[in-house]
Amino acid sequence: MHVLVPVKHVIDYNVQIQIKSGQVVHDQVKHSINPFDEIALEEAIRLKEKSFISKITAISIGPEDVKPTLRHALALGADQALHIHTDETLSTLNRAEVLQAIVSKENIDLVLMGKQAIDDDANQTGQILAALLQWPQATFASEIKPGDTWEVTREVDGGLQTIAITLPAVITVDLRLNEPRFASLPNIMKAKSKPCQTIPINEFNLTEDQAIEILEVTEPPKRQAGTMVKEIDDLIKIIQEHCA
Amino acid sequence: MKTLVIAEHQHDVLSPLTANCIEAANKLSNSCDVLLIGSKLDTIQKELSTLPSIDTCLLVESPKLSHPIAETYAPIIADIAKSYDVILMSNSTQTKDILPRVAGLMKITPLTDVIEIIDNETFKRPIYAGNAIQKVRYQAQHKLISIRPTAFKPTGETNISNISFKSIQPTIPQTKTSWVNMAEATSERPELTAAKIIVSGGRGVGSKDNFKKIESIADLMGAAIGASRAAVDAGYVPNDYQVGQTGKIVAPDTYLCFGISGAIQHLAGMKDSQTIIAIDKDPDAPIFKVADYGYVGDLFEVIDLLQNSMATS
Repeated sequence: MHVLVPVKHVIDYNVQIQIKSGQVVHDQVKHSINPFDEIALEEAIRLKEKSFISKITAISIGPEDVKPTLRHALALGADQALHIHTDETLSTLNRAEVLQAIVSKENIDLVLMGKQAIDDDANQTGQILAALLQWPQATFASEIKPGDTWEVTREVDGGLQTIAITLPAVITVDLRLNEPRFASLPNIMKAKSKPCQTIPINEFNLTEDQAIEILEVTEPPKRQAGTMVKEIDDLIKIIQEHCA
Repeated sequence: MKTLVIAEHQHDVLSPLTANCIEAANKLSNSCDVLLIGSKLDTIQKELSTLPSIDTCLLVESPKLSHPIAETYAPIIADIAKSYDVILMSNSTQTKDILPRVAGLMKITPLTDVIEIIDNETFKRPIYAGNAIQKVRYQAQHKLISIRPTAFKPTGETNISNISFKSIQPTIPQTKTSWVNMAEATSERPELTAAKIIVSGGRGVGSKDNFKKIESIADLMGAAIGASRAAVDAGYVPNDYQVGQTGKIVAPDTYLCFGISGAIQHLAGMKDSQTIIAIDKDPDAPIFKVADYGYVGDLFEVIDLLQNSMATS
């Protein structure tokens, strides 16, 4: 069984982003794998260790800059990497169409990916891909049990929902599915000899989707710090006033 | 703008978030239609009649639609959505699951988590966990939009609708998804995203047992209970208590938090609360930069005093 894990190259989650001239500053800012995608990759690696799957392909769409994230995926345990090269920012629909083409070209049985990327927070690529493929989907997975049908427990409002899906399918993962491992030094060295193929975006014959045009990015309105209360009795009064 | 709001419901009760969607729809057109999908809709139908500005309520009812499975719901919604300019849903986990699948079927990129509607094609949405706001122009033959409910609070206007109901016979698709079960987080307390008061605890609470004190305060106030990711990771409370970028986004009238230092990812989930009251032992905790009232000290002392004074009043 062949699993595709899309990995997005994003500003590292520990970095406080900066905004200049209506845009988020990317130059000289630390980037890394989208944390949700890293959890998806970890799950794929565990499934491979338990022999439920046989091959893991990591894929990333973007400029040359995304390569370190693909090398990171190879060091963690992906068998091969695909770099879809484009200097443009693609819409989600176009990204899903690229993934759809790769799914059929590489005979993919399962797509495992993060529920959202921490840059645009859109939470939609996996679901759009599942629709394009006409495959079942299980989003926000917190537990995945392989079998004849795969039982996936999902984190939803108000509790945990479990559904069963028949593969091929798309599963998007939530934070608590697992804790990703660190790449060991020998594996980082080994990753250098693993295949990483670059495919130019124009090989996909996409119809450019421009439904969403970003006009500007601004700082959110700042909340003003209020008053520090010194006396505990005053605090109790304030709490009671506001929590009646 | 012909606008369709997709209503949500649980246990045969209309979700309060539907009113927020209608509030958002009102910013695009004077009235809207509502789509109601499920297996037993009669009580929900009645509840809908109390909401303003609805023309027609489309009913898609079948015993096979008792669970909101994306693979089943999406084709039904996509088919109806073709007759509308704008399709609006809240940003509940159910919407997050279904709406992009509808979008995929219609080959349209959806616009998720909208917090402001400037005009028919200009919208604002948060990115980077609310650390930046993106202003976008969204042009699509059918605009598929999810809104952040806390940004569209119903005004309580009683422009009572004169709703007409229209049943639609659905073609229920064959799917490869089946329902197994739902483990509900059982609680008598108000739902986090709908609560007027939230009492929240962080790592500073120290243990699962100590967290019970937070719960008893919340119960005295009739409040919902929240927690930081640190408290959830430490096992003090279940996942669905979590407020923050990776948990629930809330905006209650009062957010009272104990032992929460205020990591960026937590602030992203609660900074739109009307009044924030924070108690923490660290005077440098970032939470005090956003709190309306801050108190540096022992949170248990505050809880005990609060409990005594509430018991006597």
